[in-house]
Amino acid sequence: MNSEHICDISLAITGSGGAGSITAGELLLSLAGKNSCFGMMRRSFGPQIRGGEAAALIRISHRAVECMNDSFDLLLALDWNNADRFAEEIALRPDSLIIADPAAGDIPEAFQELGVEIIEVPMKALAKDITAGRPNMVALGLLSHWLGFCSDEAGKLIDQVFGRKGEEVTGGSRAAFTAGFTEPLIVAAREARPRPERGDPGNRGTRWHFNGNQGCGLGAIRGGIRFAAAYPITPASDLLEWLSPRLEQLGGSLVQAEDELASINMVIGASFGGVPSMTATSGPGLALMTEAMGLAVASETPAVVVNVMRGGPSTGIPTKSEQVDLNMAVYGLHGDAPHLVLGALDHADCILTTEWAVRLAEALQTVAIVLTDQNLAQSTVLIPEPKYELPEIPARVIAQPTDGYQRYEITDSGVSPMAIPGTASSTYVADGLEHTESGKPSTAAADHLAQLEKRSRKIQSFDFGGHWADIRGVGQTAILTWGSSSAVAREAGARLRAAGHEVKVIALRLLLPASPEKLAGELENVSRILIVEQSHSKQFHHYLRAFYDFEADTRTLARPGPLPITPAEIVEKIENWS
Amino acid sequence: MDQAAQQIALTPKDFKSALKPVWCPGCGDFAVLNAITKALAFMGLPREEVALISGIGCSSRIAAYTSVYGFHGVHGRALALASGLKAARGDLTVLVAGGDGDGLSIGGNHFIHACRRNMDMTYIIMDNEVYGMTKGQASPTTAPDWADSKLTPHGTGIRPFQPAGLALTAGASFIARGFTGDPNGLAKILVAAIGHKGFSFVQALSPCPTFRPEQMLWKHHVKAFDQEISSNPVEAAQRIQADDGMSTGIIYQNERPVFRPGTGVDNGMGSIESEFTI
Ligand SMILES: Cc1ncc(C[n+]2csc(CCOP(=O)(O)OP(=O)(O)O)c2C)c(N)n1
Ligand code: SF4
Repeated sequence: MNSEHICDISLAITGSGGAGSITAGELLLSLAGKNSCFGMMRRSFGPQIRGGEAAALIRISHRAVECMNDSFDLLLALDWNNADRFAEEIALRPDSLIIADPAAGDIPEAFQELGVEIIEVPMKALAKDITAGRPNMVALGLLSHWLGFCSDEAGKLIDQVFGRKGEEVTGGSRAAFTAGFTEPLIVAAREARPRPERGDPGNRGTRWHFNGNQGCGLGAIRGGIRFAAAYPITPASDLLEWLSPRLEQLGGSLVQAEDELASINMVIGASFGGVPSMTATSGPGLALMTEAMGLAVASETPAVVVNVMRGGPSTGIPTKSEQVDLNMAVYGLHGDAPHLVLGALDHADCILTTEWAVRLAEALQTVAIVLTDQNLAQSTVLIPEPKYELPEIPARVIAQPTDGYQRYEITDSGVSPMAIPGTASSTYVADGLEHTESGKPSTAAADHLAQLEKRSRKIQSFDFGGHWADIRGVGQTAILTWGSSSAVAREAGARLRAAGHEVKVIALRLLLPASPEKLAGELENVSRILIVEQSHSKQFHHYLRAFYDFEADTRTLARPGPLPITPAEIVEKIENWS
Repeated sequence: MDQAAQQIALTPKDFKSALKPVWCPGCGDFAVLNAITKALAFMGLPREEVALISGIGCSSRIAAYTSVYGFHGVHGRALALASGLKAARGDLTVLVAGGDGDGLSIGGNHFIHACRRNMDMTYIIMDNEVYGMTKGQASPTTAPDWADSKLTPHGTGIRPFQPAGLALTAGASFIARGFTGDPNGLAKILVAAIGHKGFSFVQALSPCPTFRPEQMLWKHHVKAFDQEISSNPVEAAQRIQADDGMSTGIIYQNERPVFRPGTGVDNGMGSIESEFTI
């Protein structure tokens, strides 16, 4: 056990399809909450559509954590089927520990090489002696003992989760858990090591337990979304699936469209009808939507697109994360098309950023693209209730019935009142053709200029307030980042501070429009900037270079997925600056 | 306002906007505009409760020439945009209009899915068997041997779609064909189409004198179907197949469940937020 991280343990549970590694992981994370801890969990699957090997990657800590750690302290293998597939993802150290079933055969070389200590527990055999007992519940017991969790809480959780399946399953699960929890091999091994500190009882209380997709969904409906159109794509599908019944509950609806071309156009149609609307997709789908996003900009129809980034280009690595659709989100629209691009920084921020995006799109009658990624979308956190306060943002300006109504009237703010179908005497035709103030198609230079300036002004002159970035710490060294790399950078910042460095971590939440003055203010006394992103071509770096000026010594830490950037990489880069 | 009062209040002219169409003299699309405004006036629909959605093409310009709510969107996606509008605003009367290229080529996927989805809306394809706006290329309804386009100097060599047949297989619940040479007949078809509960498809034969001058002879070929409206898809398919594509009238009508997403009842946030806590 790494003594530095004594209250912060990272563990992985692997097993072949049906072995229940994910279930065990989920229960362990829930138990963490009941034992005054926080945590997060990622699921990793082999390439099979269903039933392949799976790994639950879990971090449990006495403080709220928002990203995975550099390496794993413990690997529990229910079996070794194809486990070497996970070797890259589950980085062990020489002082890590492996718990494995001796009946599962030899430990794959990839794991053995490090000379890691191994405890062999016959999980399968232990489970076999118990009616309806399963090895993954034995594993849950072993790990709960290892973590010093309360066995009574575990029993209650098992009753709650398996209660529906009847007494035999519940009883078997409880008994298997106990067999693991009291297994002499694990008790002895635990005794031989320093105990992790007990959780601070002050940490008790309600936990929020959700993944980034659900966070975006909640933010969307808080922001007022009542219609969504959907075409399934990994890793955005679960967001759409989450929304469907909930929109219906709220009197709205979700329609499964024939493709992304349809889904974005449906969103525009519904929004034209006065209902705040969104879709969610991932890279390839966003590519298909770009033409219609231009229509939403030109016709000034509010529309929200949540784009959950995955490894690209093309089908790429659909189940893994990469921050690589920034270029497309910022530059992908044709014509001069001012719009909004926001990036969620962590799980809690998925709620805030999506709600903010919906409110901004409605207020500014334009497209808002929210970028998240697979890393956020499909990992689950256990954190304190996310609390935030958004600045006051006006609702969509609705036109009252008026004679001589001009849909695209030139106003000081650039925002023109929008008539909603059903409003008498204000009928108009929304148009993607350039138009006059009344909406009449026009090719006149003056009309084009006036409308371009209006559409640009409404965004440029809007006061976005303090949410443009999340800034932590002070110092002459700044880490500049975005999206899911933010939580990693914040953790690196905390470690650097603990080691005596003064570091400021700036994570940009509002990417378009850019905030050059605000960032310049934050960088005033900064002499070194490290730009951190998960992109091979350094998309964020190039974006920053396009919109901001830097005087400081500026370097990059940019690399592609699928492996997440670790806090240690950032720390190393700063410590070895010279 | 009751229906009778509306009828007195609004004439077809009231459903036209002040804009002068960009169409060439003699373009069939004028007659489609007239037929739509006539149908709407006849039905006594309040202008603000109607929305006309279109894509891109000469024909798609039509949205701007009416005085109802409209959306002139992007090429090929009018049906998708209209479906979103109708899903969110089931109270509106939604009409969609555009060209054969818009609806059957770039928008072909939306066409078959809109037929299948059977939302309560009316779709008019203004079929001139050519891309007018881009100056005369072959469309999916152009005959294979039409060789007047520089893009396909030997003709397309590909058999055209039969829009009515396509609509039938894809599940449209109302299928008709009209001709712009008979705007009153077309208006009558539109009244029935708009009144139909479900997805109604109207193919309007609408000549393009500029790029298909030979279509000016259509008036000599067009005739009325001599059979009653069928509610039997097998019979309708036979009728469509046996026809030369120039017979007009309502071919098929069969009510089937209309797609209406959601209940419209707001039950509040309820447990949604508490699902996040443990
Ligand atoms: C994405 C896209 N591709 C191509 C075009 C160019 N374009 C405009 S209208 C049109 C075809 C119009 O033909 P049709 O729909 O039959 O209508 P018509 O002009 O004959 O009424 C094309 C190809 C476009 N506007 N958008
Ligand atoms: S080009 Fe043909 S379809 Fe277009 S307006 Fe002229 S006549 Fe009509």
